[in-house]
Amino acid sequence: MSKESKNGTPAGSGKNGRGDKNPVLAVDIGGIFMKNPVTVASGTFGFGPEYAPYVDLNRLGAVVVKGITLRPRPGNLPPRIVETPAGMLNAIGLQNPGVDHLVTEILPYFKQFDVPVIVNIAGETVEEYASLAGKLDRVAGIAGLEVNISCPNVKKGGMQFGSDPLTAAEVVRAVRAATGLPLVVKLSPNVTSITAVAAGVAEAGADALSLINTILGMAIDVKRRRPVLGTVTGGLSGPAVRPVAVRMVWQVYKEVKLPIVGMGGIMSAADALEFILAGAAAVAVGTANFVNPRATMDVLEGIEAYLVENGVRDINKLVGAAHG
Amino acid sequence: MSVLAEARILKQEEVAPGCHRMLLQAPEAAGRAAPGQFMHVRCGSSADPLLRRPLSVHDVDRGKGTLTLLYRAAGRGTALLAGLGPGAGISLMGPLGRGFSLPAGAGLRVALAAGGIGVAPLYFLLKELVSRDFFVYVLVGAQTAEDLLCGDDFKLLGSRTSFATDDGSCGHKGPVTDLLESLLASGGVDLVYACGPPPMLKRVAGLLTGTGVPGEISLERHMGCGVGACLSCVCKVRSGAYRRVCADGPVFPVEEVVWE
Repeated sequence: MSKESKNGTPAGSGKNGRGDKNPVLAVDIGGIFMKNPVTVASGTFGFGPEYAPYVDLNRLGAVVVKGITLRPRPGNLPPRIVETPAGMLNAIGLQNPGVDHLVTEILPYFKQFDVPVIVNIAGETVEEYASLAGKLDRVAGIAGLEVNISCPNVKKGGMQFGSDPLTAAEVVRAVRAATGLPLVVKLSPNVTSITAVAAGVAEAGADALSLINTILGMAIDVKRRRPVLGTVTGGLSGPAVRPVAVRMVWQVYKEVKLPIVGMGGIMSAADALEFILAGAAAVAVGTANFVNPRATMDVLEGIEAYLVENGVRDINKLVGAAHG
Repeated sequence: MSVLAEARILKQEEVAPGCHRMLLQAPEAAGRAAPGQFMHVRCGSSADPLLRRPLSVHDVDRGKGTLTLLYRAAGRGTALLAGLGPGAGISLMGPLGRGFSLPAGAGLRVALAAGGIGVAPLYFLLKELVSRDFFVYVLVGAQTAEDLLCGDDFKLLGSRTSFATDDGSCGHKGPVTDLLESLLASGGVDLVYACGPPPMLKRVAGLLTGTGVPGEISLERHMGCGVGACLSCVCKVRSGAYRRVCADGPVFPVEEVVWE
């Protein structure tokens, strides 16, 4: 509790010497208006209904659905998951039923909710990204697209587009030309300079950035003397990656003036606040959904409590506050 | 529908080397669980080990609101669970997954084949089948007599119970699938349920091929979410697609599963 709030100054005009009881939580992520800054990481929340028994989807700032491709993809040869210290490796390989199925079978589900839906798109070629964006441009019920140029688990496309500022920009330019929807570009941590890629996609027309995707890793079964995952390598997520993710959000915030959706190992409100203070305007809960299906709600309620306790009236005032 | 709840451990015991039976006060889950479903169990409150562990529902007592899990302490997570005593609380999600389909007919002769810790879901199933007056052959296999799980419980409930051990220290010497093979040859089985290690299930699939006897098997996989969202725990099915063991299974028709 701050001194100001105790003394009832504007920062602490609420009752009981605390801050405002109802701080502003709404954020604008490049034209996607979220009622609060808490969303989910693509691929960790399915298409939404999977978590409806545990979470009121209306309370989320946005739902980011599982990555979608032009045609259905069977996904990678199992095993696809292995637990690692304070984390896990996955190698799903963008298994999904294809964009047409998304449009006809999945998006209508969200009509009953009041929550922005962000569709994560992935292509094997620049043309595929553009064609996906073009198809989705005319579809009702989509608040924005997350352009996945960072999946580490596919042979073609994915991370290869996100590894180089020029190719990343080329994808974003093509998508930009194909749709008027807000574009969030999801960045890969598996690069020498994430700020260079961020600057490249900003220049090419991105409205917001999301980071980080998983970190390329692998595990070896010492009994079998073989890699554990069917695809040998996979993407590391969970608390183990959080310091790397916070560092990257910090760096990108300093260099690029686009709203950031920060993610990487967020398990609690305190973890989420680290990202916000580093410069994220919104946060995505990923692997934590598997551990605690109500993690998004715990994070949201914890952020709200922190704002009240500290007399912060508007979440946006905290964004990047650690930069001084 | 699945619930997320904190459950209190009432009792925990090691019933065979490395295998533990945990009795939980979990009225909501106990009231909803069906045979073949699983609970997604958190092994503590720390971020390491991170993920929940899918454990079969072994038994429920709806009157008392209790649920029993039977599991092998195979790794760090389950070893932590095994170390918990009465009074400790654990986070449970469930019941999850699609369980065994229960036949509608009357007077059916059913065989349950369990290998090792594969007995876990079959005891709950046996109780359900017995309550419907089916004739149930129970075939239980393990490495040694010492490793046999729930032998007395099965003998008490099953219509006819037989054992198989790798070393011959109890019952037939050899795999439990030998017992199933003889039973099928006698022509006295209408339906087979099985749970156990992959080589055993593959053998069950082989034995049933061409017999016209339907079978269901319960698969075990490392899982992420447990609710069908992350697509980590898939198995290949006949159509060539990958299905989610957590949400489309863990029980599958035996002929559906492709053995890779």
